[in-house]
Amino acid sequence: MAEFTLPKNSVLIEGKTFKAPVGATHIRRFEVYRWDPESGENPRIDAFELDMDSCGPMVLDAILKIKNEIDSSLTFRRSCREGVCGSCAMTINGKNSLACTKAIDSYSGTIKIYPLPHMPVVKDLVADLTHFYAQYASIKPWIESQTPAPADSERLQSKEDREKLDGLYDCVLCACCSTSCPSYWWNSERYLGPAVLLQAYRWLVDSRDESTGERLDELEDPFKLYRCHTIMNCTDTCPKGLNPAKAIAETKKMLVQRKLG
Amino acid sequence: MDYRTPLSRVRGLGSAKSGTAHWWMQRVTAVVLIPLSFWLVYFLGLSVTAPYQQTVDWLASPVNAVCIAAWIVAVFYHAALGLQVVIEDYVAAEGPKIISIWVVNLAFLFLAIAALLAVFRVVSIG
Repeated sequence: MAEFTLPKNSVLIEGKTFKAPVGATHIRRFEVYRWDPESGENPRIDAFELDMDSCGPMVLDAILKIKNEIDSSLTFRRSCREGVCGSCAMTINGKNSLACTKAIDSYSGTIKIYPLPHMPVVKDLVADLTHFYAQYASIKPWIESQTPAPADSERLQSKEDREKLDGLYDCVLCACCSTSCPSYWWNSERYLGPAVLLQAYRWLVDSRDESTGERLDELEDPFKLYRCHTIMNCTDTCPKGLNPAKAIAETKKMLVQRKLG
Repeated sequence: MDYRTPLSRVRGLGSAKSGTAHWWMQRVTAVVLIPLSFWLVYFLGLSVTAPYQQTVDWLASPVNAVCIAAWIVAVFYHAALGLQVVIEDYVAAEGPKIISIWVVNLAFLFLAIAALLAVFRVVSIG
């Protein structure tokens, strides 16, 4: 059954407050989800008041400042700090995004930072993405062709066919979209979710791939694909401005075309 | 301890290789219901405002009878398809899920038969 309430050991409690240094004039308050699996305690919300005059402009800069200067135990993923790696996906003021591409100034008041919703938490802001990655692996995200590659050149693709991959190849698999999808919350054991379905569509429309039919066979399932009810949270939240909902709709169109066309 | 790999869990029993017909019929019935609903609204209007005989005469005309019957078929089919999706969304346990889907489908089937028989009775007996 879908769960609508938090289990007892997941209920949030109030945490510590770290005041801004004396003399700071430009202060912003950050409330951050904290949970340590080894402590045996419930997750808590710690509040950090930061002096913005000595902090970088992005939400990730604030988190790094907290880790470097206030509480080194704060745990999160980050790598590229420019929106290409997808590591620092988290929920910022209720919306999944990449902390490195969101300016602190684009929010007003307190900034609340949580791990990606409805995922098992490893620690603090780190969600367990094992299942998500396994789902990605299940769609065989590589070219599958029977025809051998030309001996002396790469597999060619027309400009028009290459353009079909725009808005698809750009996905960095940060999981913001999948974890914003209520359908994925209720049925992620079987529903592949927007990110993986967008990746699947990326291979469905690749002119060099020769397994479109097999790929559609694998996707045609009431749960893997048809749990998408066009809720559109995925497209709304995508920090790269992509449109997973459209990719899913196009996949459904291909399946109808195969049946009726 | 479960030693299955994450990929094995994701692959599970594999793809059902169905679902497109269900999804497509939900759209088809939705589109069909748009024009057919005019007949229903008109019929409901008559039922409330017009005398009994006038309502029966209206329903007895072939076009109106066919359209009302088609509305009944489309609406119950559409409702059964839609409710099945809702149940699949929210009921995770296999047993209750299968039972609820059967109950919903049979309930709508019987309701549709009852409604069609009612139309038939009105049209043939008056």
